[in-house]
Amino acid sequence: MSDSAAALAAEGTVDNGRRTWIAITCGAGAVGGIAAAVPFVSTFTPSERAKAAGAPVQVDISALKPGEKLTVEWRGKPVWIVRRTPEQLESLKKLDSQLADPHSDRKQYPTPPYAKNEYRSIKPEFFVGVGICSHLGCSPTDKFTPGAQPSLPDDWPGGFLCPCHGSTFDIAGRVFKNKPAPDNLEVPPHMYLSDTVLLIGEDKKA
Amino acid sequence: MAEFKEAPPGATMVEKTTVWFENRFPTAFAEYKKHLSEYYAPKNFNTWYFFGSLALLVLVIQIVTGIFLVMHYKPDANLAFASVEYIMRDVPWGWLVRYMHSTGASAFFVVVYLHMYRGLIYGSYRKPRELVWIFGCAIFLCLMAEAFFGYLLPWGQMSYWGAQVIVNLFAAVPFVGPDLALLIRGDYVVSDATLNRFFSFHVIAIPLVLLGLVVAHLLALHDVGSNNPDGVEIKAKKDANGKPLDGIPFHPYYTVHDIMGVSVFLMVFTAIIFFAPELGGYFLEYNNFIPADPLKTPAHIAPVWYFTPFYSMLRATTDPMVNVFVAIVALGTVGSLLKGGFSGKAKVGIVIAGLVAIALLKVFDAKFWGVVVMGGAVIILFFLPWLDRSPVKSIRYRPNWHKWLYGIFVVFFFVLGYLGIQPPSEIGTLVAQVGTIFYFGFFVLMPVWSQIGEFKAVPDRVTFQPH
Repeated sequence: MSDSAAALAAEGTVDNGRRTWIAITCGAGAVGGIAAAVPFVSTFTPSERAKAAGAPVQVDISALKPGEKLTVEWRGKPVWIVRRTPEQLESLKKLDSQLADPHSDRKQYPTPPYAKNEYRSIKPEFFVGVGICSHLGCSPTDKFTPGAQPSLPDDWPGGFLCPCHGSTFDIAGRVFKNKPAPDNLEVPPHMYLSDTVLLIGEDKKA
Repeated sequence: MAEFKEAPPGATMVEKTTVWFENRFPTAFAEYKKHLSEYYAPKNFNTWYFFGSLALLVLVIQIVTGIFLVMHYKPDANLAFASVEYIMRDVPWGWLVRYMHSTGASAFFVVVYLHMYRGLIYGSYRKPRELVWIFGCAIFLCLMAEAFFGYLLPWGQMSYWGAQVIVNLFAAVPFVGPDLALLIRGDYVVSDATLNRFFSFHVIAIPLVLLGLVVAHLLALHDVGSNNPDGVEIKAKKDANGKPLDGIPFHPYYTVHDIMGVSVFLMVFTAIIFFAPELGGYFLEYNNFIPADPLKTPAHIAPVWYFTPFYSMLRATTDPMVNVFVAIVALGTVGSLLKGGFSGKAKVGIVIAGLVAIALLKVFDAKFWGVVVMGGAVIILFFLPWLDRSPVKSIRYRPNWHKWLYGIFVVFFFVLGYLGIQPPSEIGTLVAQVGTIFYFGFFVLMPVWSQIGEFKAVPDRVTFQPH
């Protein structure tokens, strides 16, 4: 192929003007091809319906007793509301040295300013968090009972264990060190409409 | 275009018909000769050589059963789980078609892993068969994609959370990750949109690519000719007619031979379908008989067995493991400076590359490196033809300690596979970390170790005892 092209060139029968046009045509064709790919790739992005399905959720928490957890669905994800006991709140205070990000400083899942405190919540008693592990998206399971048990350290303070890859979180959703998950559990935007009604998905912004 | 032939006078109806077709479609006759009746394969094939044709058989089983499943399945998040149960309970013989398809998926990986291992021990990827191997690795990647997309379709708990985990792997990529995961899911969580596109990928997009690659794999193989357990090139010794002395026509010799392999395979395959279609939770996981629940992850999730060796490597990549990688990169850099015999400029380059690698390892999360390790474990196979520098192809003529090394490699592959099924534990993670380092060490250091040792003399002709 290239031999014959070289031979043609040597004979001086190659019309360089036409070669240029071929190159331009190929270039224009490629641009057209890429442009045609845009709508097809765009169909992969979330549809308008999927985007619209993100409305906030109202939750009545009056029946939640200390030590209990309530799960609600918000944007297809599980959101946990945990009413913590005084002992559980006490356990949070001495864990800082074992945690990867005790003060929630990382920016991957920014913690709202109103939850950027020791308890990661507006009211210390109620923890609101997205129950999706920051590793690969499994939903961690409750391991509220302190003490030694399978897959957990002997001095387990109580919290959550991700069954997929063994990441552990304390009762405020803060991830322990040297675990696959890099981030604390996400705290969704939320606010209290009254003492017992919580709105998840929206907060008072200015 | 060949000249028109005339059937000899007094030819039978069959001969006349053959000539009629030969005149109008000569390609079919030429290809039949090229790929079957005059494709000369080495006569010393052993049991390992059944798995290539078996892979083709399983491909056909998967396509045929798949066509029939699509007739009853509904790719809709609200209907999918029930439609699979409908196939199992209400469609006449639907359970058989479905179990053939689900068992076929596992059988595909059994056969392909054995087929790849055959290539590994007999050096079937060496010159001139590099492209055959690369097409094969691409087929393996397609198979993994096919298995992954297909596993979401029953919309059970394992389908859902497995897809959730794997799609989130892409979210670990720095900078573009979250957007990429969004693009794959088509929604903020795995949802109906995800199910629909996975269905499309599973039933048409990937199978088309897969079929193209299978054709390329076979055409390239038939161009260069098959390797054999001795790693001897049979084309080097030909008879007066230009046929390899150690070659026999694929048809009828290997077609008949492979029918035996097919029979044995079908005995095992049907036994599993009829007596243990779930195979103790390894082929169909128990949790997948529970409809998908986006709010609750099953207490223990693990991928299907064929992904677990790679999944183990993903889990093994924790922060301490990344520190081990840093140490290995540092050692490798220092080692190649001292022993590599590179020029001054190359040495500067190596130091810079080493430092950049260490910086990247520390900058990005262990989560991202876990994904890189998992992907790298598959991608590294593509480079095998250039990693192996031993003077002989086949393991038969390699130093004995090479055989031990291959043995340990297989043991670690099984151990990693086993650990990937188990819930995470500290000792398990440690063993998986050792296994991961061995796996990569085996390949990365292959250019060095494959040249070392006493190699045996390779015979001129294949070793073959007629029986």
